[in-house]
Amino acid sequence: MFKVNGTEQSLEGIDPSTPLLWVLRDTLGLVGTKYGCGIAQCGACTVHLNGQPIRACVTPISAIEGQAITTIEGLATDKLNAVQQAWIDYDVAQCGYCQAGQIMTAVALLKDKPAPTDADIDQAMSGNICRCGTYVRIRQAIHAAAKGGVA
Amino acid sequence: MSFSADSYISEIIAEFEQAPRNVPRAFSRRSILKFTGAAGAGLVLAFSLTPSSAEAAAAMAAKDFAPNVFLRVAPDGGIVIISKGPEIGQGIKTAFPLIIAEEMDAAWADVRVEQAMINPAIYGRQSAGGSTSIPNSWDQLRRAGATARAMLIAAAAKQWNVPASECTASASKVIHAASNREATYGSLAIKAAALPVPDATKLTLKTRSEYKLLGNRFTGVDNLAVVTGKPLFGIDQTVPGMLYAVYEKCPAVGGKVASANLDYIKTLPGVKDAFVLEGNGITSEVMPGVAIVADSTWSAFKAKRALQVVWDESGASKDSWTKIIADAKRIAKQAGADSIQKIGNVDEALKGAAKTVEAFYSYPFVPHATLEPQGCTAWFKGDEIEMWVTSQTPERARTNVAKMLNLAEEKVVMHQLRAGGGFGRRLVNDPVSEAAAIAQRVNAPVKLQWTREDDMRHDFYRPGGFHQFTGGLDANGKLIAWRGHFITFTSDGKTPVSGGNIAATEFPAPLLANAEITQTMLPLMTPCGAWRAPRSNAIAFAVQSFIHELAVAAGRDHVEFLLEIMGEPRWMAPQNPGALNTGRAAAVVKLAAEKSGWGQPLPKGRGRGLAFHFSHAGHFAEVAEVSVDAQKRITVHKVTVAGDVGPIINLSGAENQCQGAVTDGLSTMLNLQVGIENGRILEGNFTEYPILRMKNAPIVEAHFIQSDFPPTGLGEPALPPVAPAIANAVFAASGLRLRNMPLRNEGVTI
Repeated sequence: MFKVNGTEQSLEGIDPSTPLLWVLRDTLGLVGTKYGCGIAQCGACTVHLNGQPIRACVTPISAIEGQAITTIEGLATDKLNAVQQAWIDYDVAQCGYCQAGQIMTAVALLKDKPAPTDADIDQAMSGNICRCGTYVRIRQAIHAAAKGGVA
Repeated sequence: MSFSADSYISEIIAEFEQAPRNVPRAFSRRSILKFTGAAGAGLVLAFSLTPSSAEAAAAMAAKDFAPNVFLRVAPDGGIVIISKGPEIGQGIKTAFPLIIAEEMDAAWADVRVEQAMINPAIYGRQSAGGSTSIPNSWDQLRRAGATARAMLIAAAAKQWNVPASECTASASKVIHAASNREATYGSLAIKAAALPVPDATKLTLKTRSEYKLLGNRFTGVDNLAVVTGKPLFGIDQTVPGMLYAVYEKCPAVGGKVASANLDYIKTLPGVKDAFVLEGNGITSEVMPGVAIVADSTWSAFKAKRALQVVWDESGASKDSWTKIIADAKRIAKQAGADSIQKIGNVDEALKGAAKTVEAFYSYPFVPHATLEPQGCTAWFKGDEIEMWVTSQTPERARTNVAKMLNLAEEKVVMHQLRAGGGFGRRLVNDPVSEAAAIAQRVNAPVKLQWTREDDMRHDFYRPGGFHQFTGGLDANGKLIAWRGHFITFTSDGKTPVSGGNIAATEFPAPLLANAEITQTMLPLMTPCGAWRAPRSNAIAFAVQSFIHELAVAAGRDHVEFLLEIMGEPRWMAPQNPGALNTGRAAAVVKLAAEKSGWGQPLPKGRGRGLAFHFSHAGHFAEVAEVSVDAQKRITVHKVTVAGDVGPIINLSGAENQCQGAVTDGLSTMLNLQVGIENGRILEGNFTEYPILRMKNAPIVEAHFIQSDFPPTGLGEPALPPVAPAIANAVFAASGLRLRNMPLRNEGVTI
């Protein structure tokens, strides 16, 4: 068993070597978490494990037994997370494919550092590739979310 | 075997560049058909003789006002606008509806956007390539919106018994100021639907000063879905009962399957089937390989790792990048066999020159590396196939599949989904044809998913290339002669590979008294294709860097030297948007210089570099400000972009494209390449293909000259000047001249 966005999910019958990414996408139908490289290089599959960002594409489900996963679908509750809102306000996305992973990393950063510097942001976001080149807007949106309140 | 990748997109670009500008396509009178639907239910304006469409039928059933296939107004006031073309990150799904909403005077908040099915017979062209979406659709979409406005005004005028000319429209309402009355579009929908559809070619369109929406900043229409992880992209498509497929092709293009351990693969957990496809031998459709179909992506990926194929490589590519470089260097200083351009007498001019400059430039093959790897979902149902694609040319994908499966085109039901990046990769539809071929063998819907390694190793690459230049300057430092030898590739022995040609009109040759461009084509089997700003993305680096070398040799300011080359303002082929306009060119150069602080002093080790390039109907000049240290480590502080693509549709989207183009341009020039040996692409994933990351992303300042020329596309033309502007800035900062991309091969780091 493990929790995804607050709901208990059974792992029964699933090959324990299966990366969390494909269980989320193919088994649970949570397709917001993306496949980009399969080797933890691009960050498109970033989710939270007990609040910390991890790469779902290289995390076998055997490693998450009994733990809590949050995906992009579980970020907003009654309203959008400040980071999600900032992403809309700053029109960050171009193709948008990497942005779920970028947002998950940014939310974890702001939890850790509510008022990050540019250097903090660059450091925290260094594992997330944006092929379209929206980095400058991502940085702006993170600053805006930080100012707008605790993400 | 055919290696033609994207002749289709060349056709689109050529058609666009040759088309006269003042005739609205898709609204030529003979293509308009007016007909009445069920009484009082609505009117449909179609663009062909196709009697109806699913969308129009749905609108009629819902009693919406649907004067054409692009929009519907419901009696409750909701407005649906159909975006007809592929969204690949260029922002068209926001821009197209904005154009319609502007002309129909819709309140943007009332608008919901839907993506059109693939059916060019009713929508006109449905493709995204060559930055042609906006120019090709501008008139069509404006007139679609204006038709709705005219009919809603007519309905209100009739209701109030006043002349239509006394009514205006604004924010989804018709207003009669004289009597202080107004009516919402929703309240007028049913009445408007009963009116005759006016001749769209006779409608008066707004002038730029009347725009309320266009030119402002709008957040993308899919942004909420993007940030909440809603199913949106091709890879997100699921169909009940769907299976998951992978496809293994020969690492050297042209190889065939001799044998494979299919019996073993079929015993692996989750595997439903494994089989060989012979393919049709067309690289842009289906090449030979092994398909594995499984119950999950992971089962399929795991089985693919266990797959062992013996390839028959007798007819496969043996291309070698190492050999190509050696061949190119050996022949560079000769003239090429093909004459591309010849003006005046270059030999004589060089003999008389006060100074001559020579240089050799090169650049490598690069894949597109869209972050969403290639894939496609297909459901073959016997007499028809339903497909979910992320294609830049879905209309071509549909034709290919229909032909391959021997189905009528309408039996290929094709949905277009948001694509996780395009950059030209998805102009070619091999994953769509592969998915169709696999689906035909599987009694269930099937999602084909390429791995990242498949994606990087089976691309249609931006071809590498080489330029040997000689330039001559007179005693006043004026450029009087230009000679270029372009070394490129051919796979048919006759024409250059896709994305690997050079035009006779390539800057600056046609502006000079003496100019000569020759070409050599080396044989190649590796598939090539259009990569964001094809040709220009690499040629601009060589040409605009060499122009700076000439300016330096002449001891002249680069801005002044460039402006002298451009000369008097003139349009090289009047009314042709694909032709350079030296007036617009000079204006963007001056604007980039002004906005970047050109000429103002900088600290030691820091420099500015300028480059201009005209491509895809866009005039762009850019200035990069760069620091270089003793270890050749560079910092790109800022890039100032000045562009003229006519009026801007969505300013936020336009700025985003410029920011993306600069980041992409820097990333590619600095670090990106694939090697080719024994026909194989050496790199497979982002460890070996290090795309730029956030800390190195430069600040981009975009400035637009919003001229009154019809608007043209912005997905590409901001990219080509980036690399030469940065290379020229590195020279200004350090004296280091960089002539070979990627710069990391010359010891440059960031």
